[in-house]
Amino acid sequence: MKRLVWILGILLIFLAFATGQAYAQQPTPSDDQVNAIASQLFCPVCENTPLDVCPTEACQQWRELIRQMLAQGKSEADIKQYFVDHYGARVLSEPPATGLNWLVYIVPPAAFLVGVFLLYLAFRTWKQSRPASVIADTPMQPEWKTIPESGSSPKTTDSTEENDEYIARLEEELRKQS
Amino acid sequence: MDQTRQTTSVPVRRPLPFRAQLLVWSALLFLLIILGLSVARSRNTILGVGSKVPEFSLTFMDGYNFGSAKAVKLSDLRGKVVLVNFWATWCTPCQSEAAALETAWRSSQPSGQVVFLGVDYVDTDTEARAYLAEFDISYPNGPDLQTRISQLFNRNLGVPETYLIDQQGILRSIQIVPFQSVGQIQPLIDPCSREINSWT
Repeated sequence: MKRLVWILGILLIFLAFATGQAYAQQPTPSDDQVNAIASQLFCPVCENTPLDVCPTEACQQWRELIRQMLAQGKSEADIKQYFVDHYGARVLSEPPATGLNWLVYIVPPAAFLVGVFLLYLAFRTWKQSRPASVIADTPMQPEWKTIPESGSSPKTTDSTEENDEYIARLEEELRKQS
Repeated sequence: MDQTRQTTSVPVRRPLPFRAQLLVWSALLFLLIILGLSVARSRNTILGVGSKVPEFSLTFMDGYNFGSAKAVKLSDLRGKVVLVNFWATWCTPCQSEAAALETAWRSSQPSGQVVFLGVDYVDTDTEARAYLAEFDISYPNGPDLQTRISQLFNRNLGVPETYLIDQQGILRSIQIVPFQSVGQIQPLIDPCSREINSWT
């Protein structure tokens, strides 16, 4: 009986160590886990190449470094910060919104808004200007400028446009043609 | 009176409102200023032979020091000839010159007038330590953190590159290909060393 107790005791101690070791080990991070972070970083040497697809030996080393840091329990933010500390903010696919980097976030939406505003102004201007047309034997619509064939002076209901130099030139051209 | 009439509409060109014009021109001016500033900044960083090398600081890797210091500033080395070598573990040509640099360092060390600084350009710590151990590099080495030092030298061509700075902090020589032998390094260091000996 004593012998059985001894054997069970040794087995229990062995099992305790075995499970302890298993809990202490971190599982090896997969390629997908490594690439999820690497895709947010750029190769510091070969510019404009994301780290997850970069084929160089240096990039392979950096991906391995990410794997090691993940295995050590480092978070995504920790790893990105490590890369910024060592290689500069230029390795980030999304630059931090500090200093002149703000322009990256401000200029495109501002340019878009300015574009929309200009388009609005342009459409409003086009709407106010009338399409060129020639209407024969139709009653004159009050808001349209009219130019008689005979070449007499124009009759228009829009007093603001009467003195338009452009209209005067157009009339002159039409008079010459007739 | 002829009742037949032609009715012609005339497009009226209206200029953009003043506020809109002001907005567009201000935005363009702002972008031009930013562009100009960045161009001026990049021009300022081009460092040629005869230029004064801006101040920089190098923090050494574990196991390296200068005297008892774990970091060094260029201004601390005034009065000495400084050889700054940029290298990386992923750079094969760097390996071909590593032994020659170490030999030149050991031969110039007794004079105390020449300092070699190894700057590890965008690398990983583990591989860098292995590289230094493999080539038995004993002169002070440190990482180029955030590529600050290489940006000062406007070093964008690749590694290895070696810069020789004289006792007054003036850039004397730029080597953009690996040294093939100690014989190529020694003549670069010697004239500068002789110069300081004649001054003192």
